[in-house]
Amino acid sequence: MSTPFTPVSPGSALPGPPSVPATLRNVPHRGGDVNPSAEALRQKFGSAVQRVDVVWGETTVVVDRARVQDIVRWLHDDASQQYDYLSDVTAVEFRDLEQPIEVVWHLRSLPFRRFLRLKALLEKGTPLEVPSVFPIYKGADWLERECYDMFGIRFAGHPDLRRILMWEQYKEGFPLRKDFPLRGRFSRAEQLRQALAANPEARYSMEELSIADAFEDLPQDMRTRIRSGEKTGE
Amino acid sequence: MATIKRTVEVELSTTGLDPQGRPMRTPLVTATDGSQVAVQAPPALEPELEGEHMLINLGPQHPATHGVLRLVLELDGETVVRCIPHIGYLHCGFEKIGEYRQYNQIIPWTDREDYLNSMGNNVAFALGAERLFGIDITERCTVLRVISMELSRIMSHVVWLGTFCIDIGAFTPFLWLFQERENIYDLLERWVGARLTTSATRVGGMAADIPTGWTDALETFLARFPRTLNEVDRVLTKNGIWVGRTVGLGAMSADEALNYGLSGPMLRASGVAYDVRKDFPYLDYETYEFDVPVGSSGDVYDRFLVRFEEMRQSVRILQQAVRRLPDGPINVDDHRVILPPKSKATSEMESMIHHFKQVMEGPRPPVGECYVPVESPKGEKGYYMVSDGTPKPVRWRIRPPSYVNLSAISKMVEGHLLSDVIAINASIDIVMGEIDR
Amino acid sequence: MGLTPRPEPTTATYDPKSQEGWVTTKLDFLVNWGRANSLWPMPFGTACCAIEFMATAASQFDLARFGMERMAFSPRQADVLICAGRVPFKLAPVIRRIWQQMPQPKWCISMGACASTGGMFDNYAVVQGIDTIIPVDVYVPGCPPRPEGLLYGIMMLQQKVMRERSADSSLRQEMEPDPDSQLYIPPSAINELSEPFGNSVQQQRSGL
Repeated sequence: MSTPFTPVSPGSALPGPPSVPATLRNVPHRGGDVNPSAEALRQKFGSAVQRVDVVWGETTVVVDRARVQDIVRWLHDDASQQYDYLSDVTAVEFRDLEQPIEVVWHLRSLPFRRFLRLKALLEKGTPLEVPSVFPIYKGADWLERECYDMFGIRFAGHPDLRRILMWEQYKEGFPLRKDFPLRGRFSRAEQLRQALAANPEARYSMEELSIADAFEDLPQDMRTRIRSGEKTGE
Repeated sequence: MATIKRTVEVELSTTGLDPQGRPMRTPLVTATDGSQVAVQAPPALEPELEGEHMLINLGPQHPATHGVLRLVLELDGETVVRCIPHIGYLHCGFEKIGEYRQYNQIIPWTDREDYLNSMGNNVAFALGAERLFGIDITERCTVLRVISMELSRIMSHVVWLGTFCIDIGAFTPFLWLFQERENIYDLLERWVGARLTTSATRVGGMAADIPTGWTDALETFLARFPRTLNEVDRVLTKNGIWVGRTVGLGAMSADEALNYGLSGPMLRASGVAYDVRKDFPYLDYETYEFDVPVGSSGDVYDRFLVRFEEMRQSVRILQQAVRRLPDGPINVDDHRVILPPKSKATSEMESMIHHFKQVMEGPRPPVGECYVPVESPKGEKGYYMVSDGTPKPVRWRIRPPSYVNLSAISKMVEGHLLSDVIAINASIDIVMGEIDR
Repeated sequence: MGLTPRPEPTTATYDPKSQEGWVTTKLDFLVNWGRANSLWPMPFGTACCAIEFMATAASQFDLARFGMERMAFSPRQADVLICAGRVPFKLAPVIRRIWQQMPQPKWCISMGACASTGGMFDNYAVVQGIDTIIPVDVYVPGCPPRPEGLLYGIMMLQQKVMRERSADSSLRQEMEPDPDSQLYIPPSAINELSEPFGNSVQQQRSGL
């Protein structure tokens, strides 16, 4: 237990002696220091980089939604970028319903102590689909599932995109969309009725059932449907 | 033929029943070319001893899952072959509600979300909102917020350690540690009036200044608390049962931990020295002297040691903060966000108008977005807020550290025993309020 | 309809026409005393109230002096279900199932504002009061209630238990809605009654 080891330290790729970063003060609304990765992305991916903003000291790069996985993979693998940490994957829908839905990735480079925000714009009326970054970051697994659950955005390439916070047969819709009312679409009594009927523990996914003896405890119609290949859950 | 054995697909037949009356199962194996081939089922001589896997359900109501978490475990005897976690049993629509509340009105929701670390959440939110408004807080407020964050860190780790001990089987440290938590509750109650759900910050300052004599009470607490820590240390750290139950479980290497997005003590126990207070500092943390404990093997025992040492370092920071607490105003002098004093609001027209606008509409930030992460006891916590110029945020996103930490559980428990699942689950320090929001 | 006067908690009501005699009254007292002072709680703790419940069970406020330190995490061995914390719709069938698994005699304490009425979570995800799912005996308000508040609620439950009479046959009945009864309201009418009303569908008060 006391073998010597070297911890992985953030800031290891920064040149010069180890520096101590300082608390930010007087951060300007717009026009602060740009993250050098933004320029590197422009040079590498050209037209796929649509816009670069600096708001409150944070660099936001808006990219073409089809190239997201390539861009993120390059940011992860390239030695001059080394964005080894995925902080968050989320989406924003604006109150002005004409504006596109933005899918946001928060990336952090620990060796360079940098923070980058990537965005992809999904216009209303187009299918809400973006490539998944799960092949690059395992941490994107649940983050993307939640984005799907709350917004209905599909992540192409995610191995198991199902609802995670609501139950899998949830019928009211995608809660964080702006056209979804705060208290839901159904009456309280109907919500309760649907919730009680859902009974999440009786529904196992197919892989859970294939090993267990629980299969024969299921009702007959469910057994026939599963045997005929219908997927359980959503 | 080279095959990849997958235990997922199974062909069930009810026409052929085995001697126990169960439907015969034909394992389907995926060949390297992707086709599925039925292989001979092993002879069902004594099926119970054959190694049939059992599917058990842990939760959602369970004393040891630290909240409403459901783990579906596939067991081969006592060994976990696979673990499928199900969450969402405490999803209460925080982020949706945030879109219908003004910035100061969201603060009570930040308490309830990670309820062990409520002051810390309040501060995290206030930092994000102040960045969004473009406000820099006063010196006194900065130091008081450091005090609240570190007290909150101690509170959270104390509950974590107490419940972790119960999960492993040791009940006494729970009582000792909860008594310490009661002492902190006394302090918080003197300051903000509430024990657990504090709502202590406001955009631009704090809800209230500390009463007289509060710093003395804090120093008394700081003198007594390390003694409790030492007691718990004596009981646990070199205890044969404790070490035997925790060493070597759920180990995550540094690369895996980074890739899974783990943060906080989970990441530091795996050997990555990432602490938001040191690497992306806020509230002048770079001016305090403290160490960041880093573990080597990433197992449950290392996480325990890391969190334990963090409590000691929090005491160190608190002692420095109490000594340097400056006098001065606690709220920033900005009429856009801070309510004017009552005497002015009732006598001066301008102050009355400011008061009216703030109470009826709420402070309006400029259009923009920001994400200010802090080091919560669970990991990197931050509130990503998007503003369109109205008093209510367009999007209030909570970056939940326990959510991302928990997603690694299926990797961590594979190959361990059932009782180790409980220990590993406890070592992640999950708070379902934050996971499900 | 007139309000019936509530029986005073300290005096026992005596109905001359009842079948109770001296033995049954004393037996009732003994059984109730035993039940009230050893209520094994089933802590259905979900959120912040669960932490205050744990604080009530810890050394400063100590549930053991009420006979409640033995937390029954299996509903089969529990007397009182203390629902501490908010219950979202996904958890509703779980708490219903737990309640059904508890054997009689059983009581329920709804601890906190969220369990009693939905609390500050008036949205699509949270059950607006667990009394829509299970019968509740005592409501403890607070967000979270102080341990003293929870203890007061527990003492109220103890008084309620002490007032029970074995001759009262309506006590342990669990009723399902009876479509033939005059009090039955069909689901469509309930839907209408529980629709969001006023402007709450738009959730706008000041136009924002």
